[in-house]
Amino acid sequence: MATVELRFSALPEHVRTARLVAAAVARRAGVDEAVLDEVRLAVGEACSRAVGLHVSHGIEAPVHVALIEDEKKFAIEVGDEVPGGPGSPVVGSDGVPESGDAEGEDEMGLAVISGLVDDVEVSSGENGGLIRMSWPTAAAPAVP
Amino acid sequence: MDLSLSTRTVGDRTVVEVGGEIDVYTAPKLREQLVELVNDGSYHLVVDMERVDFLDSTGLGVLVGGLKRVRAHEGSLRLVCNQERILKIFRITGLTKVFPIHTSVDEAVAATD
Repeated sequence: MATVELRFSALPEHVRTARLVAAAVARRAGVDEAVLDEVRLAVGEACSRAVGLHVSHGIEAPVHVALIEDEKKFAIEVGDEVPGGPGSPVVGSDGVPESGDAEGEDEMGLAVISGLVDDVEVSSGENGGLIRMSWPTAAAPAVP
Repeated sequence: MDLSLSTRTVGDRTVVEVGGEIDVYTAPKLREQLVELVNDGSYHLVVDMERVDFLDSTGLGVLVGGLKRVRAHEGSLRLVCNQERILKIFRITGLTKVFPIHTSVDEAVAATD
């Protein structure tokens, strides 16, 4: 099992870097070329979401991405450090959920991920949220 | 690749040609451009996405925001896109029902419904 890890400050300009790295590692891992666009988009969505959560909660810690190459699949984990997230609504100072553009985009991000990726898990805990996605890699050539 | 934007007028339509990547970093530039056009009285927009390499949900959000703005003035926002990987994002989010998507700028400019 080979793993590439990436940590970046929660800034929008770094999301592109995460996409490029994820696509490069996925290609190396044997993910089908036709699926690389989906990998790029899904990891971008997950990272954009994590960046948004960190910014809206005033968290300075970096966003964490793990690219895990397994025998039969390629997995990506995107972790944020917002307790109770992903899925936790952004709550305004008056206790009412914010209903701005950002939240709509956030929901759309998850919609895109679940529409693109068959194997996806969204979990949350005290230390933050995690989106885990995986794609099959090219099967090893059959033994004659 | 960064985002490139240029606008031109064709009849009563304003064509916004977008190139490069529309993501969480570049989408605010597109939002500014659309807001500026509407504020200047351009209510019939055609967004040409043929040179867009990447589009994510932040970009979709900006396009939906643009549509809401022009509709407030009884305007229209039409998209031009033939790229399967971009069209797929509109399909999985159900936005193909929201945006008229055309295969050419000429077709979008001529559309009236």
